[in-house]
Amino acid sequence: MADNKDVIAAIVGIEPGSALAEVVVGRADIMALTQQTHDGALTPVEPGGLSHAERAALACRIAKINDDKDFEEHFEALLDKAGASGATARIADIWFDGGSDARIKALIRHVDLVAHAPKDATRRDIELLQEAGLTDADIVRLSELVAFVSYQIRVAAGLRLMRGLA
Amino acid sequence: MSKVVHEFTTTIPEWKPYVKPLDLAEASAEQLEALKVTPSNTKVSDYVLVLAHDVETLTHRSPLFNGVMYNRGGLSRAEREIGAVGASIVNRCIYCAAVHAGRYNQITKDETVIAAIFADGVDAEMEPRLKAIFDFAVKLSKCPSDADASDMQSLVDAGLGKDEILDLILSSSLFGWANRLMHTLGEPVGE
Repeated sequence: MADNKDVIAAIVGIEPGSALAEVVVGRADIMALTQQTHDGALTPVEPGGLSHAERAALACRIAKINDDKDFEEHFEALLDKAGASGATARIADIWFDGGSDARIKALIRHVDLVAHAPKDATRRDIELLQEAGLTDADIVRLSELVAFVSYQIRVAAGLRLMRGLA
Repeated sequence: MSKVVHEFTTTIPEWKPYVKPLDLAEASAEQLEALKVTPSNTKVSDYVLVLAHDVETLTHRSPLFNGVMYNRGGLSRAEREIGAVGASIVNRCIYCAAVHAGRYNQITKDETVIAAIFADGVDAEMEPRLKAIFDFAVKLSKCPSDADASDMQSLVDAGLGKDEILDLILSSSLFGWANRLMHTLGEPVGE
């Protein structure tokens, strides 16, 4: 599992004293805020209607949709740590669509859509979440989770490419 | 009559949320703190009031956003805006594209680059340095990211320093975040 003190640094493998570390330290404030947002999105003090286990499982899907094995492992470790039940852990299975559970089905459908093709999202997609019983506050929590993880995965993807620079 | 805007424009539309923004009268102390609401400053946009439903991310999002787009050194402000625009084109976020294309035009006093991007999308022609920046932002914004070592090399060849490349990664990625909120939680409405 990636070190939760700085998930991106651990996943990218930013070695202390390396050329990349020297560049990143110039934006240390941004990297720290990124980590704090990670904690706020994945393990909030007040999770509302989205448990830590559900957040980790959904984040795992986002990592898979982005074809990012390192983040997949990181979120799997968070899922284990949250002590997820079998039903919740199953959300991380990319071939699982929620089955007969209308709420889980709506969560999965929305996360997959917004992670992969946000351009295709419409008012109807938010209505589907409301019809599945999500409160507006939980819809915002879910949206921040997908949006933030999509950001974090891209920052790491860019930094991995920078690691290859002389 | 107001209607939903579907085409890219530099005329900033109004943003209408699909969910109910937080009612300030019902806000917690933590929410008020994150919103920076004080007796002399009670003007908060609907967008931020929507995000206030998730105060534990909003608290960090605002300083992070300002840092990525406006902090000192590194990539120029105008070029960071191109990172934002590249992502917003891929994700078809009309609102974010309008705001950040408008800022680019305002900073550079040149409307030709944005006009080309709005007309030709990811195939827009522009001078080589800007083209390398725009292409990288577009590729990083795909899902999964399509940016590879040759795109990174194009940035180096175009003369970007490592500090500038880091800022481009941050501004492009940031709009992978912002677009997924702005475009999915509400819609842009024009006259």
